[in-house]
Amino acid sequence: MTTVFKSTEARPMPGRSTGPVAWLRANLFSSLGNSLMSLALLAVCLWALVSSLDWAVLQAVFGSNLQACNDARGAGACWGVISEKGRLIVMGRYPEIEHWRPVIATALMLGVVVISCMPRFWNKALPLIWAVMLAVYFVLMKGGFFGLTEVDTDQWGGLPLTVMLTVISMTLAFPLAIFVALGRRSNMPAIRTLCTLYVELVRGVPLITVLFMASFMLPLFMPEGVKIDVLVRVVVGITLFSGAYMAEVIRGGLQALPKGQTEAAATLGLSYWQTQRMIVLPQALATVVPSIMNTFIGLFKDTSLVTIVSLYELTGALGLALNSDADWRPFKIEAYLFITFIYFAFCFAMSRYSLWIEERTAVSKVR
Amino acid sequence: MSHFSMIEARPLPGKKSRSISWRSREGRSVIYQIVAILSALALVALLVRNTLTNMRLRGIQSGYDFLFQPFGFDISETVIEYAHNSSYFVAFAIGMLNTLKVAVIGIVLATVLGVLVGVGRFSANFLVRKICYAYVEFFRNVPVYLQLLIWYLVFTEMLPDLDQAWQAGHFFLSKNGVSFPWPVWQLGQTLALIGVVLGLVFAMVYRRMARAHFDRTGHTRPVWAVSLAVTLALAVLGWLVGGAPNEWDLPKKGDFQIEDGGAFSPEFMALLCGLVFYTASFIAEVVRSGIASVSLGQHEASASLGLSKSQSMRLVVLPQALRVIIPPLTSQYLNLTKNSSLAVAIGYPELVSIANTTLNQTGRAIEALSIVMLVYLTLSLLTSALMNWFNASAAIQER
Repeated sequence: MTTVFKSTEARPMPGRSTGPVAWLRANLFSSLGNSLMSLALLAVCLWALVSSLDWAVLQAVFGSNLQACNDARGAGACWGVISEKGRLIVMGRYPEIEHWRPVIATALMLGVVVISCMPRFWNKALPLIWAVMLAVYFVLMKGGFFGLTEVDTDQWGGLPLTVMLTVISMTLAFPLAIFVALGRRSNMPAIRTLCTLYVELVRGVPLITVLFMASFMLPLFMPEGVKIDVLVRVVVGITLFSGAYMAEVIRGGLQALPKGQTEAAATLGLSYWQTQRMIVLPQALATVVPSIMNTFIGLFKDTSLVTIVSLYELTGALGLALNSDADWRPFKIEAYLFITFIYFAFCFAMSRYSLWIEERTAVSKVR
Repeated sequence: MSHFSMIEARPLPGKKSRSISWRSREGRSVIYQIVAILSALALVALLVRNTLTNMRLRGIQSGYDFLFQPFGFDISETVIEYAHNSSYFVAFAIGMLNTLKVAVIGIVLATVLGVLVGVGRFSANFLVRKICYAYVEFFRNVPVYLQLLIWYLVFTEMLPDLDQAWQAGHFFLSKNGVSFPWPVWQLGQTLALIGVVLGLVFAMVYRRMARAHFDRTGHTRPVWAVSLAVTLALAVLGWLVGGAPNEWDLPKKGDFQIEDGGAFSPEFMALLCGLVFYTASFIAEVVRSGIASVSLGQHEASASLGLSKSQSMRLVVLPQALRVIIPPLTSQYLNLTKNSSLAVAIGYPELVSIANTTLNQTGRAIEALSIVMLVYLTLSLLTSALMNWFNASAAIQER
């Protein structure tokens, strides 16, 4: 008897798993509930897109034409407020003919900050570049040298002030934070307690109260006859505040370092400071660069609070520019959107950078 | 034949020298500490001396006696009774209660929104994922103070006037804020509330019993359904015993304002929206990183047990993610509470705003700020303690 073998039918080809149709099926319409949700969200997105396009572009007035703006009120945006007041918003109270000075000074400061963010420039020349930059910055901003008219610090404002407060406070807070973080991990109880007290006290209160303290109480703390510029007081306040936060970030990095590293340094006969400077801190700081960036972003945003103690940085300058002018005041929302965009652009760039550096350090951990 | 003799034992190490000298590590550390403490004390002494001199020179009075003088200003929102001649003390208490009010409501709402957005970033739906991502990036990267000002503008200028207030049923929304129906408080409501509390206590006891039963026999009991049913039944019972009051305080449109009912002022709404939308974007990131920290194997294992995606999220992933989530979540709660101090800029009478008025009125900067700082420090410590306790209960149980 012969057996006839018949091969089984081939299985059907699996459905396509690439291409737009498959993508849509997997990502938007995988089930009934998902499909309904997708359709609803699509509708909402479309509606939001169309109506904001209508408001911000189609019906909007772009020239600084007050009449046209008032006519378009309620229907379209009035971007004219930015061409009219933009300069005041971005520069604050700085005298108008001298505006080139803060522009150059801020560009210089931002440039140095940007190159400091690139690992290829992390070398011994960097501190020198910073020192030169700061000197040029203050000469340009304050004037009084080289035939530049002197501009008092209470005239500084707008975006240059925002950038300056962030960069200077951060630069000052950094060494403070390193010492406090080392102090918190020290095995001397008195020093540990002092550092812990500082960190916990500062982190427990809102930044506003620290700023109020800087503006109302620091003058009382000073010896008789000594007057400190309000800008300096605010920088001190912000530095003390962000120093406490950054100390905790750095402490995290110190804790993540394996004990073997300090033990190895001890067997090599390195002293405490040599160990910290050459072995511990470089590794600890490298692991927490993303968190330090987060503190930096937080600081950049927090500078908006100095408005409350009457310094006119970006947010404050906006209020200054619009509150005094009844004609343009109704278009505050457009001006707010404008500075929202500026803040967003800065912070988003910084958070992208933080992600990039995180990926870079992740690569170096792969063996 | 050789004779081995034992090596002499090493002499006992000498007693460590206790004298403080620069040559020994211990000696140096003692000296460092003494110097640190002395310089801290000297700094404080110097500041106090300067302050006292300055205050004497400028004729600034000091002391907390002002607390019992009348505050003399109207406070737009009060949780407790406030009269025009109430003291600074009462004003500070009101400020603190207003801070607590916005912080508690804000923390609850921000947690709900933040968890939804954070979980949404793992959704299978492309649109949900991207919208959650865009939300986080936008709200995280704009200062909360600016967001607060924008919300304030929306609530005070862009909403319709009172006579054209948006109305949905008995809810009103206009430049005057939000109004909503509120039950007239009677014995029934109190008893219902007691019923709810008793129900929650029962739920806790029942849950523990069910857990013990499960450990013993391996059979589960319907904890949620039973707890909910008992709590509801107790609440309804309390309400019925109290005479089943069903009177509602309904808001009505008056000539100058929406009268009666419960109401939130535009300042409160602006502050609440600003804090909630901002903090939720951070909470979403905390939740996302917590979920991402649960290993892929756990997802796969729960899938192979036949759990649905939402079941595996709820029963397997989130409980493990909670360990990573709770500590940074605590910081976000503290941040929200502290950020409520920004309300000083939009005129919601919370603690810092009251202190600011006090400072301008009496010139007692040190006293006013010290009260504010003390309150915030206490709040911080209490929140941390509470969350640490919660953290301990979520921590991994090891043998």
